[in-house]
Amino acid sequence: MSDFFSDAWSIFIAATTVVSLIACLALLAFASRRQPMAGDNSTGHVFDDDLVEMNNPLPMWWVVLFVLTVVFSFVYIWFFPGLGAAAGSLGWTSRGELAADQARAAEAMAKVYAPFAALPAEALSQDPKAMAIGQRLFLNSCSTCHGSDARGSKGFPDLTDGDWLHGGTPEKIEETIALGRTGVMPPMAAAVGSAADVHDVANYVLSLSGDPHDSIAASSGRRKFVACAACHGVDGKGNTAIGAPNLADKVWLHGWGEQAITEIVNKGKTNVMPAQGGRMTAGQIHLLASYVWSLSQPRRVAQR
Amino acid sequence: MSRPIIPIVAEAAGAESVSLYVSEAKIQTRAVSGWFATWRWAIVWLTQILFYGLPWLPWNGRQAVLLDLGARRFYIFDMVLHPQDVVFLAGLLILSAFTLFLFTAVAGRLWCGYACPQTVYTEIFMWVEQLVEGSRQARIRLDAAPWTPDKLLRRGGKQAVWLAIGLWTGFTFVAYFTPARTLAAELAGFELGPWETFWILFYGLATYGNAGYLREQVCKYMCPYARFQSAMFDRDTLIISYDAERGEPRGSRRRGVDAASVGKGDCIDCTLCVQVCPTGIDIRKGLQYECIGCAACIDACDGVMTLMGSPKGLIRYATQNGIAHRWSRSRMWKRVGRPRVLVYGAILLAIATAFVTSLALRAPFKADVVRDRGALARLVEGGRIENVYRVQLMNGTEQAQRFHVDVEGLAEATVAGWSDVELAPTEARWVPLAVRVPPDVARTLGPGAHPMRLRIALVAPAVTGDSDGAARAPLAERREKSTFVIPR
Repeated sequence: MSDFFSDAWSIFIAATTVVSLIACLALLAFASRRQPMAGDNSTGHVFDDDLVEMNNPLPMWWVVLFVLTVVFSFVYIWFFPGLGAAAGSLGWTSRGELAADQARAAEAMAKVYAPFAALPAEALSQDPKAMAIGQRLFLNSCSTCHGSDARGSKGFPDLTDGDWLHGGTPEKIEETIALGRTGVMPPMAAAVGSAADVHDVANYVLSLSGDPHDSIAASSGRRKFVACAACHGVDGKGNTAIGAPNLADKVWLHGWGEQAITEIVNKGKTNVMPAQGGRMTAGQIHLLASYVWSLSQPRRVAQR
Repeated sequence: MSRPIIPIVAEAAGAESVSLYVSEAKIQTRAVSGWFATWRWAIVWLTQILFYGLPWLPWNGRQAVLLDLGARRFYIFDMVLHPQDVVFLAGLLILSAFTLFLFTAVAGRLWCGYACPQTVYTEIFMWVEQLVEGSRQARIRLDAAPWTPDKLLRRGGKQAVWLAIGLWTGFTFVAYFTPARTLAAELAGFELGPWETFWILFYGLATYGNAGYLREQVCKYMCPYARFQSAMFDRDTLIISYDAERGEPRGSRRRGVDAASVGKGDCIDCTLCVQVCPTGIDIRKGLQYECIGCAACIDACDGVMTLMGSPKGLIRYATQNGIAHRWSRSRMWKRVGRPRVLVYGAILLAIATAFVTSLALRAPFKADVVRDRGALARLVEGGRIENVYRVQLMNGTEQAQRFHVDVEGLAEATVAGWSDVELAPTEARWVPLAVRVPPDVARTLGPGAHPMRLRIALVAPAVTGDSDGAARAPLAERREKSTFVIPR
């Protein structure tokens, strides 16, 4: 019991509890003493000229109930924690109750997820019930970053466009959810060269996806792109094995345009998808991954 | 304040030493019949047929009144209420409270005397007692008698019937939350859940204890209404009154003898009014807080007065003013239309009208729009600005519903990628929704949050190949306010 600075507090509280309970009984005994009553069955007390206090005795069952509540309190603090830091004979804790409740809930939920565990994502994506559960999981755990419609925003990938940093198979998505991902783009300014070289490379990157660019700068940037090719590939199409984005498509996770590209080449970027394995069961992750996978499939039964 | 409190001492004249706690005497009431008893029994039958019968009434293929706590859907005949409709529960409670105020101001504790479950079940349990153990006299004798086989049999029989009624009541109570037929099947197969078992036993034993043993003690010591009633009484409230001027001096006389001629009042001091009283008071002492207004004493006294050849109404519904000023009945009734009653009545009428109207005009669905928590806004293809919302749709009917959404109050805004959503009966669901604005409009509007509305329309079920609900006239629609954010 670390809630008290000193054991004295625990003893103080325990003593207060016991004394209070005994005081309740003492009060009852004190108030139960026979009292003299006037002949008209009043206590003889008169207030405000004419308000007479009558003798209105409480029923005996009320006294019995009062005593029972005190007895109940003693029984309670015998079994449950109530006397300062004393644990009570049952050893009950709120933490223990929470754990038991969670275990019960997990057991109940396991039954819900069991029928889906062995099914592949292709089958689950056609099952409205599975997709409804998947959507709930997504709204609870993923939508804060990826948006309710899973289409992300700057820095948070769109999960519906079919463009995957780490691979888009159901197995890969499951792995991403369970273990998380860390995408690292190191600062490359030194490797690329001067500021002019970075300008050239940025224009070359724009040219890969057919976006408006300075073609002279782009053609000289092509040579400097060698520094980038180690990860993004010679053709700039990326590498899902290390999470290097495809630079030749229209997806611009961290912003579009020469300025955004220049900044990321100069400063680098570390982007983290936190691991969910500790928060969710394998069954939940399987359904969630199937739901996420289904979002980028051409024919979706999933309710958005 | 002028007089000091004078403590009395035991030696003072007439003083005696008493305990402040007493065992309450057991009240054995005499059975009573008459006009008001008939009314009470009529209401007992009405309320109990309703209470015990409703769970067995089928409606639309389900139980007519079912409060499904697990699914959080509350079925009341044709209505399906969601937890969001809790305002109707508040309305119902306010309505009940004002009905209580109005009736109390007019005629005292009508609720207590005729319709309160405590009175109704006590009445039923006393009827069983009368049936098994006999009349008041027989019961008093039985209380005093030693334990003979006959006493054992009568007491046992009474207990068995009481417990059976109590448990049936507990079962019926739970049947409002678990369908009665399911519950009966579970009971027959010993498959009741732990909570169902608990509530059947708890409610059953509470009924047994309250109606069998606690009885008037509940009214005297537990019921809050018994104590705040006096705030609604005034001197023009109809209460059960003993006409002391007519009745006193009380005393016995022969049948047919005119009371005045022997120098007595009409009251023959037969104490029947005390014997029938379920709270054991003597109404001849005037209005007391224990009086639950059941009018049993009126029935008893009217019977005696008829027998004695005197006019009825020695004990009757009368106002304090009426008794004091010897007013006629019509004069007393005229005072019913006093400001207090009119105000209670007007408020009651207003709330009742609002309640019924809002219930009748209740929309067949509910919708709520919440901006997405994730991102304020994002740039999508063609430089359009996109905002994401979550729409919560709640189907308040037992038919499938189909919804179409569009944007109002925002120039050229479009809803992206929404295909009409279909909701199963009584279903509630969150649906993500994206709204887009072209770049030139965004530039015109400028950065910041711009108010807009989402029009959510309930449309007719889809025809094959028709995916656009906009083309069809809406069956009902709601407009929900929100904002559209354009980033800097």
